[in-house]
Amino acid sequence: MHQNLLRRDQALPELLLEVKDLQTAFDTDAGQVTAVDGVSFTVEKGKTLGLVGESGCGKSVTALSIIRLLPQPMGKILGGQVLFGGKDLTTVCDEEMHKTRGGQIGMIFQEPLTALNPVHRIGKQISEVFLLHKDISKKEAWDRSIDILTKVGIPSPEIRVSEYPHQLSGGMRQRVVIAMALACKPSLVIADEPTTALDVTIQAQILKLMKDLQAEMGMSIIMITHDLGVIAETCDDVVVMYAGRVAEKGSVEDIFHRPSHLYTKGLLNSIPRMENERKTRLETIDGYVPGLLELPVGARFAPRSPHPDAASYMATAAYQSERPGLVEIEPGHWVEDHPVVRVDQMPS
Amino acid sequence: MISDNNSNNTPSASEPLLEIKGLKKYFPVKGGVMLRTKAQLKAVDDVSLAIQPGETLGLVGESGCGKSTLGKCVCRLYDPTAGDIYFKGTAITELKGKALKPFRRDIQMIFQDPVESLNSRHSVGNILEEPLLIHGVKSSGERRKRVAKILDTVGLSKDSVDRFPFEFSGGQRQRIGIARAISLNPQLVVCDEPVSALDVSVQSQILNLMMDLQKEFNLSYLFIAHDLAVVKHISDRIAIMYLGKIVELGSTDEIFQNPLHAYTKALISAIPVPEPHAKREHIILQGDVPSPIDPPPGCAFAKRSWIPCSEEDLKKPGEFKEVSPGHWVEVHPATIEDYAKYA
Repeated sequence: MHQNLLRRDQALPELLLEVKDLQTAFDTDAGQVTAVDGVSFTVEKGKTLGLVGESGCGKSVTALSIIRLLPQPMGKILGGQVLFGGKDLTTVCDEEMHKTRGGQIGMIFQEPLTALNPVHRIGKQISEVFLLHKDISKKEAWDRSIDILTKVGIPSPEIRVSEYPHQLSGGMRQRVVIAMALACKPSLVIADEPTTALDVTIQAQILKLMKDLQAEMGMSIIMITHDLGVIAETCDDVVVMYAGRVAEKGSVEDIFHRPSHLYTKGLLNSIPRMENERKTRLETIDGYVPGLLELPVGARFAPRSPHPDAASYMATAAYQSERPGLVEIEPGHWVEDHPVVRVDQMPS
Repeated sequence: MISDNNSNNTPSASEPLLEIKGLKKYFPVKGGVMLRTKAQLKAVDDVSLAIQPGETLGLVGESGCGKSTLGKCVCRLYDPTAGDIYFKGTAITELKGKALKPFRRDIQMIFQDPVESLNSRHSVGNILEEPLLIHGVKSSGERRKRVAKILDTVGLSKDSVDRFPFEFSGGQRQRIGIARAISLNPQLVVCDEPVSALDVSVQSQILNLMMDLQKEFNLSYLFIAHDLAVVKHISDRIAIMYLGKIVELGSTDEIFQNPLHAYTKALISAIPVPEPHAKREHIILQGDVPSPIDPPPGCAFAKRSWIPCSEEDLKKPGEFKEVSPGHWVEVHPATIEDYAKYA
């Protein structure tokens, strides 16, 4: 806590990415759904930001909006800004976006098998990144591919470089995907559930590799995951999303030690912990994650909130029309500003 | 739920509900022009386990270690290559056709993916009535009554009967899967990763439901999962599986407080803990799980272990030993730090 305050008192942190009031929608048969609804956060240089939430909360769509890889033609950014290196990525031309993507921003996807092309050799796929972004020969690109494979810890890289993705194990494939993301020394890496498809012992290998590479190359990481354990082990700052909006954001200590949104608190309490007594009842969050088509304008967590006033709030007109903002309850720690979702407004 | 269950004689305390002895399941690997069998994939290789009535046995391992295959052998969805499975003293590996039917009722299964394991063209009522019909509940009024009761037990509303699986969320679908499994009042439920496809907030609801049902109906669970924190919470005993073999077996407390096998230690240390700045030492294992088609000779884990071991010892097979009452472990120079003490 004390150290945390000290850090914040120092000179303003250097921002690498600033997402401001981002709004992304999809056209569906049932009408337009807003998957990301006014999301704002910042990523500091060399730091890791975690985006956490359950399926459908908009965390992956936020990432796809940043790099402009939304499924076309259904997905579109309706509003907001993504400021990166002095430019608003939502308005730059396609060609410039091409250069940024893979150049200054690298991506790691969940499923390494679908992220790699099955009919090309590993070396060709990594070389492609170099050839697109750097003015070098094919031979040189191939050599650099071997270098980067060495860096991500692939044994005998000069042999692996001429193999195909199916010849590698899941953990090895994810290392190749990381190698491709880091090939051009990006300043930002977006990792969407990078270890979800992997086994626990392989997950530990990959998380350690990402940490080591971050220490060496100094890039920032946006870590998207539903696993609170992964967030706690890897992130400096955390954004908790619920139904397309930010429920709470702050440093990793803020979120895990002083959760202030009832959703965050519910999530933290519902995971089985090692120190728990066996076979005791786990705390739960009532109800289910809401569908995107029937979302109210007001506090979206209200139907699942344990707050006694939640039901009466849902009967008011404000629930359908007034959107709560975020309030800063301690330096850098923001929470959705409505009494029925705030931990400090719960009657004891 | 079914009261007229005459075959269910309560076994004596000493007799396990399920006993697996030397179970092997090999899959032939075919290749070449004539599709001859080239090799054997040893999915389950000489596994022995027992489950007591009302007990939860957690079965943990990484993908491809054979834990799902083992679960399917217990349900007789696979025919084992060798070995025996005894359910209340009867060898069910030998049974066929009609003789197997009562055991099909007593041993049920819950699957990982609640979307794929429910027939999307059948209403929930149909899905839940089918097992009752197969097992001789002839009156449709009686079936409907039981379905309504089961839905209530798993926390779904009565009007779910006429709805279809796609109308439900993931957690609700898993409740339907659980309702189907318990509708015949089984004694053993094999749960194959029942919560790993669910969101965190829903996962705890389902785990609570499973613990409630176990208390109410004295169910035994074979709980197959890769998430150690979940397994620790729900299990009485835990078996750790690696490459088709059980490498450590013991009470949950013993496994977590006194893990002996290097693989168990690595697994426990690798779980990400939801506590920032937790001071923990991660054991990072080298490499990947070797292929079960051509497993290394001797101890399967030795190549990934950090415990030094001579070339000569590497080729020796490990020995599965009871090192303290109820605590079994594969003893091998490369898997146990204090080898001399246990050898």
